[in-house]
Formats: sequence, structure tokens, C-alpha cells
Amino acid sequence: MPEQLTIAQLSTDDVARIVGFSGSLELQSRLVEMGFLPGVLIRLIKRSAFGGPFQLKVRDYYVSLRKNDSENIIVEKLI
Amino acid sequence: MAPNSSPKKEVFRIALLGNPNSGKTAIFNLLTKLRHKVSNYPGVTVEQKTGLIRLKNGRMAEVIDLPGTYSLTPESLDEKIVAEEVTKWIHNINKPDVIISVVDASNLSRNLYLTTQLTDLGIPVVMALNMMDRVKSGTIDHHLLKEKLGIQSVIPMSAKQKWGVDQLLEQLIDVSESSAIDQSFMIPLNIPSQVSEVLEPVTDLFREHMRYSPRLAVAQALRIITRKSALELYSNVGTDFEGIDPTIFEKLLSVRENFIQKLGILNYSHRILEATLRYALIDQIINDVQADRTKVLNEVTRSERLDRILTHKWLGPVIFISIMYLIFQSVFTFAAGPMDWIDALIHRLGETILKTMESGMLRDLIVDGVIGGVGAILVFLPQILILVFFLTILEDSGYMARVAFMLDKMMTKVGLHGRSALPLISGYACAIPGIMASRTIDSWKERLITILILPLMSCSARLPVYTLLIGAFIPATTIGGFISLQGLVLVFMYILGTGVAFILGWIFSKFIPVQGKSSFVMEMPPYRFPIMGSVFHQVFTRGKLFIKNAGQIILAISIVLWFIASFPKSPDSINGNRVEHSYAGKLGKLVEPIIEPLGFDWKIGIGLITSFAAREVMVSTLATLYSVENEDDSVVHLSEALVNDTDPDTGKPRYNILIALSLMIFYVFAAQCMATFAIVKVETNSWKWPIFMICYMSILAYGSSFLVYQGGRWLGY
Repeated sequence: MPEQLTIAQLSTDDVARIVGFSGSLELQSRLVEMGFLPGVLIRLIKRSAFGGPFQLKVRDYYVSLRKNDSENIIVEKLI
Repeated sequence: MAPNSSPKKEVFRIALLGNPNSGKTAIFNLLTKLRHKVSNYPGVTVEQKTGLIRLKNGRMAEVIDLPGTYSLTPESLDEKIVAEEVTKWIHNINKPDVIISVVDASNLSRNLYLTTQLTDLGIPVVMALNMMDRVKSGTIDHHLLKEKLGIQSVIPMSAKQKWGVDQLLEQLIDVSESSAIDQSFMIPLNIPSQVSEVLEPVTDLFREHMRYSPRLAVAQALRIITRKSALELYSNVGTDFEGIDPTIFEKLLSVRENFIQKLGILNYSHRILEATLRYALIDQIINDVQADRTKVLNEVTRSERLDRILTHKWLGPVIFISIMYLIFQSVFTFAAGPMDWIDALIHRLGETILKTMESGMLRDLIVDGVIGGVGAILVFLPQILILVFFLTILEDSGYMARVAFMLDKMMTKVGLHGRSALPLISGYACAIPGIMASRTIDSWKERLITILILPLMSCSARLPVYTLLIGAFIPATTIGGFISLQGLVLVFMYILGTGVAFILGWIFSKFIPVQGKSSFVMEMPPYRFPIMGSVFHQVFTRGKLFIKNAGQIILAISIVLWFIASFPKSPDSINGNRVEHSYAGKLGKLVEPIIEPLGFDWKIGIGLITSFAAREVMVSTLATLYSVENEDDSVVHLSEALVNDTDPDTGKPRYNILIALSLMIFYVFAAQCMATFAIVKVETNSWKWPIFMICYMSILAYGSSFLVYQGGRWLGY
């Protein structure tokens, strides 16, 4: 079984599959409505300077997330 | 419905709903031929807009544009507006006859989420499959999409390239002529039987007490389970809907808790239940209707390539600062030519009237009051237009979303939010739209702080004051041969306001309690070339407003001011200033003691009083005062008049660079715009915050001007 990480642990251009959520659940409803569901693939586009937000591609669009929120999305990295 | 009214004759109501940035406003503009501001920034439409049109079959139709939302369960304030409206529709209040579900074809799966929610409402749905120019032709089978969703029709279109609107209008006519839709279909979601079993008490409540259709009952049950905010919509929705019976509300609350518990036992999370079910349906539909999905995720789009530079870790912020600097420099340099032309034109107009009209009170009123006052303001039109032009381009190109992305970390450090960037930058044009735009910030605390510091962003009404004083008192030299000192002082005023705004934001964040959690889930829309028609319309609207202000408020003030500055006529025996002994002069003298420590005299005092109508009135006030004071038959040039004004007692110039700086800094901070406070009252729903705002701004303005003037004097200036 592939190693489980959080989005915050990915590096640029990594592709990963969403496995689930952890920690604070506040954001979960919004993320799933925007299509972040278990099984969905994401690609990390970039991390901004000084620990600022991350930019991801999910489905057909680009979206940004804060680092602490990215830490609550569990993924498994694909090669 | 009234018993004898024929339904066909009533106004046909069309509601536009869609994700943020799906092009709703652009379609609204095409349908209604209106020109609302479109933008390439998620969530710019923050309130409901309506427009009337006549359909080709002669029936009148009302088109309603609602804020963009990802879902009918609300998260931020602008989304709550949509959710409240839809809740009213469910209970037959203001129910539209058709919903246009606006969908971004280049981002189909996420956009379909809202569409599937809309199909459950029992209102006919027509899909406007927008932005077809962004997808390869033939990759979406829109006939199949219509079949799969079971909606009235799917109209491929491009609001940007202006095609597909006629087909959309024809479809609307079809709907307006057909009878009501069949509501007996069950919800198309594949709900596991154990889940639907435990869901039953919730759906039963909706069916029994609110007479929902089976489909709507399931949809609403899923919704109130996802978020409590969806349930709270039932307790009180604005003015037209007083909510449901409190006892039923209590029942809903308890069956909800019960369901969540049972769901937990079955190992389902209530927060993701609805989304999981809907996306299962959507992914299946996408699989059938859309070809070639394999490469999407790894495809590097043009926007992504641009972002490699524009939001680069180090390069990005440097580019942003350079862009802002260039905008403010060009406001000063590009506008110089047109400003001279307008100035010359107004000057000539004044002289023509002086030559052709007989001397007398009427001529004095026209030349000194009207041309002096209003003319002095119109000169600044080019600057305001250039500023609005650049700010609109930034927003419409998609760059502002990137600014939010880059600044989020810095913004959170000072108690703000990445999404504060757009409201704050639009505050450079005018605080009011900026305050409205703050609704997209979903956390109350960060939104409130954004609103509180927004008036410190120097708006375009301060520009005439800065420009006049800089032009008159700052030497027109350059530093190092290419940076103009005057431009630099102007930029400094903007930086001063902005910098202090951030410092205050940080201080306020220490005292305002947190309400709810803050997050930054923000879509980065694709870059696009701005829709120039819309940009120029935006510039035109701002220009029109400025001229309208000049023609109404400033004209009225100038005329009144001319009278109180001209009367009572001082006897010839009194030497010196005529205006000083007029009513206006007395008024100015009254406030002079208060403002004297800041270096301001009674003339500026009059201007400060009239500025409460609008900040730029300071300029027209001074212009009128100098025109009245001028005894020769000539047209006064305001900046020359300021420089040449001498104190009759000492013989020294009345104004100097120190007073000019003190006055500019006063304008950076002072609370003068009454319209801003009115909007803050509405947006924060209390008197507390606008009053707090006036207090802190007044203290700041007086204190810093005092320090600058007294400090400067102490240093020997």
C-alpha cells in the first residue's frame, strides 16, 4: 500500500489521490462540494513564499488552500 | 395567486444561478442589454441585480442575477444571499418561472454540482453551457447532458464571444409557453438503502409539515444534514419569510442530531454525504458526455505557465509592487497632458464670458462660482479615469485572484485575509464598492477589519486634493534623472495610508474576538484578455459619476459658497481681504482656532467643512474663494493663487510646503465621506462600527497633521 501523506507534504508537480480528511472538520463540507472527494486526483502546482497558501489543480481547475488546511487532507502519492 | 389573473400575462421571472466566475453577470448583461461590471475574480456579484426585458413573444420578463455560489448550503455572506432566496422559492415566495443554471464548460464537473441541486427544486432548469470557446469543439455531448440531467435544455454558448444568447432566449420563450414540469420523479441519486432508511424521519418531516415533493424532501434533508447553516435558513429568512413553526424547527433539529448519530454508526460522515452522492452521479454523467478526460490533470495550461512567472515565489511580489507603482506614476504622468487641455478650455470659457457678458452679479456668479468651482474639479477627470482603467484591467484579467494568493500569508499576519486584497485595492478608486466586495471574505472578524481600515486607502476623491497641493508646492524636479519628485510624493501618500491601514488592522485584530474559523479556499480563474467593452464601460461609469457629482453637489455648493463668500459686501474703507469679512469668512474664522495648530487657516477651514459632502469639494471651495477674492476681471488659476497668497499682516506667503504636507496627510486619514459611513452601518448592521471608524480616523488625522506641522516648525521650516 502506498505511503499516506498530507497535501502539505507534497512537492511541486506531484500527483496524488485523495484518501480522506483529518483534524478540524470545518472546511470539509466546502472542499467536498468543490469536488475534493476520496478517490479524486490532485496535482500540486506550487507553494508560495514564507509558508503562504498552496496552489493545486483538482478536476479541471486551479485552487489555493492554506498550509494548515492542506495538512488536513490525506493523500497517497502516485509516481 | 389572485383568482382571476391570467398567469400568461404576469411578468415571467428568470433567475440566473451558477458558480462564482462562471459568467453569470456577462450573460445577464447580454440578456438585459445592461452593462454591469463583469470581472474575472470569484464572487464579484455580491448582491441581487434585476433587469426587465421583453421576450420575442411579447411577454415581459424579469431577469435576476444572484451572487455566485458553489452550493445551496451557505458558507460566506454572499452565498447566504442565494441560499435564503432559494429557501423562499421552495416556500413559493418570489418563485422564479425558470432557472438559468450558468455552467463553465471548461470546468464541467464542479459546476454540475450546483446544477444537480437546482434540478431538485421543482422549477424548470435551462442550462447555459457558457465559455464554450475554452473547450475543444465536439468534446461535450450537450444533448446527452440534457438527457442525463433531465432538465429542459442545454444551450452551448459563449458570453465573451457573444454567441448562443439568441438560442437561450428562444428556449426561455419555450419554457414560458409550456405548462408546469412533472415533479413526480424521484431524486436521481443512488442513496444506499441503510442510509435512506435512517434518513426517512427527516424527509417525512419535510413532506408532512411543508408539503415538499418527495424529491425536494430528500434534497433538503441531505442539505440540512451537511451544514447547520442550511437548517438555520428555516428559522428566519429576511423580510418576506418569517420561518417555519418553531416546534417543527425543534423537531428538525432533533431528528438531524439523531440521523447524524445513526450515520456515524454506519460509518458515514454527515458532512460529506450529499457531496459524495452527488459527485457519484456527476462523475458518471461526465464519463458519458465528455470525451478525453485522461490528460486534464497533467495538462499545463497557458495560465499555469503565466503563473510560473507572475506568482513566482520572489518574482511575483516584485512584479506586483512594480505594477502598483507604475499605475500611480502613470496616473500622474499620463494625465498631465489631458489635464492641461481641460484647464485651458475652462480658462478660455471663463474669459469668453468675462468679455461677452456685462459685468454684474450674474457674471460674477458664473465666472467665480460656477466656472471657478466646478471647473477646478473637472480638471481631475483624466486622473480618475486612468486609475479606474488600470484597476479594472487588473481585476478583469484574473490577476487580482493571484494577488490574493500571494498576499494571503502577509494579510493573515496583520489580521486580514487574502481576499482582503481586492476590496482594499478597489478602495483606491472608491471605498464604497470596496466595502461591498468585502462580503466575499467568509470570516466575520477579517471582514470587519477589512471594512474598518478600508477608508484609509486613498480614494480617487482625494486625488484632486493631493494633485493640487503637490502641483503648487512640491518642486517639479526629478531624482536621479527619471523619478519625478511630485510623483514620488503622491505615491508616498498612498503608501502612508496603506501602511497605517495595515498597522491598524494588526492592532484591531488583537481586540476583535474571533467568530468562526477562517480558511482560504480560492479558485484561481484562468487569465484572460480583459473584455475591453466592459472595462471602458466601467471607466465611463466612474467618469459619469464624477461629472454628475461636479454638476450637482459641487455646483450647488459652489453657488451657495459664492453667495456666502460675496456677502455681506464689505465697505470699501476696509482694507485687505473681502472674503474674510463675508459669512463664509466668519464661518472659517470660527473653526480656525481648532485647526490653527495644524497650520490651516480659515480658508482651508471652509474647505474642510464643505468637504463633508465629498472630499474633492475642498478644491472647488478654494477655487471659488480665490475667484471671489480676486478683484480684477480675470480668471483665477488656483495653484498660482495658493502660492501667491500672502498674509497681509506679515507679508509672508500664507501657504508653504509644510502646510501643504500637513493638509495632504490630514486628507490621507480624515473621516470625511458620509456615504462611506452609511454603507458601513448597513454592512455591519450597527452604529457601533461607523462611529468607531469616525473617531479613530479623526484622531489619526488631527494627530498626524499636528505632528507634521509642529514638528516641521520646530525643525525650522
